[in-house]
Amino acid sequence: MERSYEQYFRQNRLPHLWCPGCGNGIVMKSIVQAIEKKGLDKDKTVIVSGIGCSSRASGYMDFDTLHTAHGRAIPFATGVKLANPELNVIVITGDGDCTAIGGNHFIHGCRRNVDLTVVLFNNSIYGMTGGQSSPMTPTHKKATTAPYGAIDRNFDACKLAEAAGATYVARSTAFHVQHLTDMIASGIDNKGFSFIEAIVQCPTAYGRKNKMADPAQMMMWMRDNAIMKAAWDKLPDEKKIGEKFPIGLMHHEEATDYATAYEEVIELAGGKA
Amino acid sequence: MNTELSIKMPRCKGCGICVAFCPKQVLALDELGKVQVVNEEACIGCGQCELRCPDYAIFVDKKVAK
Repeated sequence: MERSYEQYFRQNRLPHLWCPGCGNGIVMKSIVQAIEKKGLDKDKTVIVSGIGCSSRASGYMDFDTLHTAHGRAIPFATGVKLANPELNVIVITGDGDCTAIGGNHFIHGCRRNVDLTVVLFNNSIYGMTGGQSSPMTPTHKKATTAPYGAIDRNFDACKLAEAAGATYVARSTAFHVQHLTDMIASGIDNKGFSFIEAIVQCPTAYGRKNKMADPAQMMMWMRDNAIMKAAWDKLPDEKKIGEKFPIGLMHHEEATDYATAYEEVIELAGGKA
Repeated sequence: MNTELSIKMPRCKGCGICVAFCPKQVLALDELGKVQVVNEEACIGCGQCELRCPDYAIFVDKKVAK
């Protein structure tokens, strides 16, 4: 009965405080399973998180963890990585934390190609503070600050990361658990900025406002609307309608990572080169 | 069937995800709103409940011959 991934949790902190049916728990399990799959040393792995529902995950994970200022998880993680490049640094962030408060840090982390694995828990809303609309709340969806539906266009975080220079960009959902684990595991493999958007259900703040209060119903929505990237590319434009979205590996390229580039400068300045 | 369902009750929050994704209606919510096994015989051991449980409360194992 005891599962091997349980060793990566702080058992005295469980059960976690997330609402009944919240998808964050599923993604947290996926992260530790990806870590287990890649055989990362617990003492050489650092989990850095910002502020928000998603970022509470660092408190439950039995690694060296850092729960940082709102939106500033990526700068803290950059510091950790540069100070000791042999550490595996995983960043846990949310849609508000990453694209609103930490938007600038996010794009510059991508641009520098720091060797981090960033997992964005996208629940489409600010859950902890009472359901305000975030930059990733889909247009026309309701929130406490958008009672008639959000008029803003929402960010596509994967496109944003790719355009900003991230070398590995992927998306998955809390429904596609094994797929999500694989996406995170490949992200850990990539030497450079790896960005994984995990779509999670928030039945309490987002679901209740948008006629999807049942968490299972929200997961079925993911099942019915997510399309694998390969199939999505072949799909004619007139079928890419409604709420359909692609999942899978969105972008992958090779580029020098920041720690390597910095090492070169250290050598130059030391007069060795 | 040849499977064993175990539940860590203190972890269950009664969200009903396992109940909704079970293809054989093995699970239900009890009067307190927590998960209970109502038809263990029907379990085919697909593991959908364990896979998607956000609270790591339910586990599906193959029965070990005693």
